[in-house]
Amino acid sequence: MLDVKAGDDESFNLLLQKYRTPLVNFLYRMVRDTATAEDLAQEVFLRVYRARKQYSPSAKFTTWLFRIATNLALNSVRDNRHHQMDVSLDAAPADEDTAPLQLPAREMRIDEHMVERDRADFIRGVISALPEKQRVAVLLHKYEEMDYGEIARILDCSESALKSLLFRAYETLRVQLAPLVSPPARRAGKEAHHEM
Amino acid sequence: MKCEDVSKELIPYLDRRANSADRHEVEEHLAACLACHARAEELRKLWVVLDEVPIVEPSLGFDARMRARIAEEPQPRWFRWFVPQPRLALSMALLLAVSVWVARLPQDNSGLAGTAQSEHEQFQVIKNLDVLENYDVLSKFDALDEVPADEQPAPQPDQQNDQQQQQE
Repeated sequence: MLDVKAGDDESFNLLLQKYRTPLVNFLYRMVRDTATAEDLAQEVFLRVYRARKQYSPSAKFTTWLFRIATNLALNSVRDNRHHQMDVSLDAAPADEDTAPLQLPAREMRIDEHMVERDRADFIRGVISALPEKQRVAVLLHKYEEMDYGEIARILDCSESALKSLLFRAYETLRVQLAPLVSPPARRAGKEAHHEM
Repeated sequence: MKCEDVSKELIPYLDRRANSADRHEVEEHLAACLACHARAEELRKLWVVLDEVPIVEPSLGFDARMRARIAEEPQPRWFRWFVPQPRLALSMALLLAVSVWVARLPQDNSGLAGTAQSEHEQFQVIKNLDVLENYDVLSKFDALDEVPADEQPAPQPDQQNDQQQQQE
């Protein structure tokens, strides 16, 4: 990055080669749309290029890069959420009053999802349903394998708070992904074993 | 260590980033607490499940589009070399202006008044040195000492004539 700061364009290409895939993956897991993830990744690199003269080597480059990416991704998710809310408000009302409200059992819903989507998509969906901060923490911790200090700096919190945040996030994932973590057949076997 | 305390250290324990003291405490607790042990085992499995998410490769045109966007960025002007930092240049110009202004201010002589006065007296002495050194002039000065200080000086002959003409 210091070479990029000195005006070496070739070094910027090297940064691009090294970080484009992890960055696009992080953004894809945040926004769940390939085109949007690529657009956001380009915006991140463009901001890095524009701010290259102000880069301070005291901050780790990946911290800086993923902090920009996190902010852009969260803004995009929020904008998209607002857009979806506008669409749903403008849409014609469904027969909410006439149709009986049916809440399927949690196990049923998860199984249906698993039939409709493949496992990876299901996992992505569960991750993206996490609260924003927990989602960023899990993605940086599990998939980018960043250390606690770096993730805490990106999320602007203490390491202790981050550990609690990660525990809550993984607990939610453990419960939501229970059919994959402990498949029903095995659990049924366990239950039968307990009954005996 | 209680179950609540373990919850904070369980993830660093599972990803092998906990320090040896914390790891030892968590291991002790897991050996004694079946619920936390079961939870830890499920989290280990969750770890494997999360790895099933495939890596997405950027599209083939990603680099080309990125280079095109970089090429559209305004390039630095040649004269920027002389002014690497506009803020620095501005502060230097302000410093120069203040220096010139301070240099052109009238000097404050309050502290040097006595010195300047004595210099002025010395200058007067030097200026009249030839007179003071002339013995004839100084000897005639003695006659002036006899004149009382509060008496009006005698009118000049020209002034006397003017007064007579006005009376006539």
